[in-house]
Amino acid sequence: MKHKVMGVINLIHENDELERLTAGRCLATVPFGARYRLIDFVLSSMVNSGISKVAVFAHTKYRSLMDHLGSGKHWDLQHRQSGLFVLPPATDDIQEISRGDLYHFYQQRDYFNRSPLEYVVITRSHMVCNVDFEKVIQFHLDREADITVVCKQQQDLLSGKARKVKLTEDGRVTAIQDHYGHMSSDISSMEMYVMRKDLLMELVETSLAQGQDHLVRHAILSRLDKLKVYGYMYEGYLGVVNTLTSYYRNNMNLLDSDVWSELFYQPGPIFTKVKDEPPARYLVGSKVTNSLIANGCRIEGTVINSILFRGVHVQKGAIVSNSIVMQNGVIGENSFLQHSILDKDVRVEADRDIRGAASAPFLAGKRKII
Amino acid sequence: MGRKEMIAMLLAGGEGKRLGVLTKDLAKPAVYFGGKYRIIDFTLSNCAHSGIDTVGVLTQYQPLELNRYLGIGSPWGLDRRDGGMTILPPYMKQKGGVWYKGTANAIYQNMSFIEPYNPEYVLIISGDHIYKMDYELMLDHHKRSGADVTIAGIEVDWKEASRFGVMHIDDEDRITAFEEKPKNPTSNIASMGVYIFTWSELQKYLIYDEASRTSNHDFGKDIIPAMMRDGKRLHSYPFKGYWKDVGTIESLWEANMDLIAEEPPLELADSDWRIYSVSPNQPAQHIGATAEVSASLITEGCKIEGIVDRSVLFYGVKVEKNSLISESVIMPNVRIGEGARIYRAIIGEGAVIEAGVTIGSPDDSAITVIAVDQFVTNDHLLQEVEHS
Repeated sequence: MKHKVMGVINLIHENDELERLTAGRCLATVPFGARYRLIDFVLSSMVNSGISKVAVFAHTKYRSLMDHLGSGKHWDLQHRQSGLFVLPPATDDIQEISRGDLYHFYQQRDYFNRSPLEYVVITRSHMVCNVDFEKVIQFHLDREADITVVCKQQQDLLSGKARKVKLTEDGRVTAIQDHYGHMSSDISSMEMYVMRKDLLMELVETSLAQGQDHLVRHAILSRLDKLKVYGYMYEGYLGVVNTLTSYYRNNMNLLDSDVWSELFYQPGPIFTKVKDEPPARYLVGSKVTNSLIANGCRIEGTVINSILFRGVHVQKGAIVSNSIVMQNGVIGENSFLQHSILDKDVRVEADRDIRGAASAPFLAGKRKII
Repeated sequence: MGRKEMIAMLLAGGEGKRLGVLTKDLAKPAVYFGGKYRIIDFTLSNCAHSGIDTVGVLTQYQPLELNRYLGIGSPWGLDRRDGGMTILPPYMKQKGGVWYKGTANAIYQNMSFIEPYNPEYVLIISGDHIYKMDYELMLDHHKRSGADVTIAGIEVDWKEASRFGVMHIDDEDRITAFEEKPKNPTSNIASMGVYIFTWSELQKYLIYDEASRTSNHDFGKDIIPAMMRDGKRLHSYPFKGYWKDVGTIESLWEANMDLIAEEPPLELADSDWRIYSVSPNQPAQHIGATAEVSASLITEGCKIEGIVDRSVLFYGVKVEKNSLISESVIMPNVRIGEGARIYRAIIGEGAVIEAGVTIGSPDDSAITVIAVDQFVTNDHLLQEVEHS
């Protein structure tokens, strides 16, 4: 990247309504799209945009995060001088852990100050998208903005929750919702902010001095009149995945082959941790229609409108329809599964009949045996 | 440098003439196999699972793509502080340099690579075979028998025996006779081209062989017979399992078809013995509304709208509506146009089969090979695909 930019993926108080899917993991590592974790989309976007230094501010339940990210080499972030930094809360005080993101940025201020990079891109992990941040930075410079917010114009967020944003004709942000309410705007914030690093550090210090510790709610919202905050309109695919329904519907959206071709390839490829699974194996008598299948699957039964993660086994006579089956799931002989989400390692015994509803899919937690 | 008990030398310089257009610009070990692998992945994964952390890969013929693929050996756990993977092409010495004249000469020319590790044993393998084998068990066998060299042996079909080096063994697996590619074989125990030498013995024989003017500088033709003549202890390690030399179009096709059998003789989905490879990083395969897939292996990044039956598809293959692929091997990023029909074929990487084209015939048992990046139109006009 021409401009000196560091990435920050901010997982602090990243709220979700994903029920049991986030019982043992953070939102960032919720499995998505047959072989990815949510964080892969924004992380790959950063890497594809030439950002080679990325900090992930971990907060809670981050074992799966550490396991997934490792040294960062699967995203080409294992570098001599920059690369990936996973930064868990730098405190042992339980009350401090629950403080806002600005407090945690402050705790890690050495990380920011030591770096010669001039700009930061701060994002969350739950936006399923493929963004060219180079274009966002260029927009930021062209407008001489203090802060640029990446936005998306989209009527239906498929039950995902996002702050609404109001913009003037020339893109200046006039209002951002504090909570997800009923502002009449079809423009949503993708919770991605570009600013100079020294502005960020200034916001951190002045806000904390005033007893405020939330980046968006406090530092940005209260300064919409003083700072030049612009909205960059992102044109690509967006899935806001922070509710169970939006999780289900955004996964199902990937079955649209135009979405598949766009999201996973344009403008750059989405990377994830490599698993060395063999190709998927389709046996005689298998029947698969309109589905996404990952490597390592073994299919003997029928799969319709579904998403199978790596190593799923659909046994003879089983029917999987409109469902999401995560890694190493087993669907026993002659079982029927519809409108369901099975977390990793779920085993459905033979001859079971499991049905959720399209609007309220059935959800089975990790390692459950049905 | 710390001492290593055993290091591996992997012969990967073969041209693979009998693979024709598939090895035009590619060394045989780099040829694609099994939906996401290259042939060499199997031996490298064997090394990884056998606890071998030092591997010299000897390259010669068309090494560029192979070198790029191997990198620093990370996918096979061979990016190590001490040892790891080293690629060993022929090189210039003060008195000039020569190509590798034969398998034994290739090792001879790299003795100075081996010496600093001061190994007790050297494993010689080649990157041309498909099999899963624990070399550590073979080393145990070698140590127990006190042999100077142990050769892995497998029972093959009598009709095929003349393609290999065949061994006669006694009750204790000691080799009593060894014939390289005999016209009329008298044994069907074939050498798999997997040798464990006690290094001090091998060293002597390499030097001795190099001095011979009549030698082919080949393990099977020269080194092993010389050791037999000298009464050295040669043992066979009986290997029971799947092993396939994929040196011809037919055997490459057959070995791919073996993988899709109801009970495959070589199980790829073996979590205790994963075959490691360089990940293509592609999204999950998209099986469309008009697709029918049966008895096949399909890899990430594929987009299927047609019928796929008894075939192996590598990553990034796009199969349009109303097309049919039967008993074929489709290498990465191939595009199969609408209504195309493909029977018993191997389609090289990046080829484009235009709409309506038919390749092969359901009644013909011959295997058609389409070269890398070929553009096949209805008049079968072949031209290079232009890459943007």
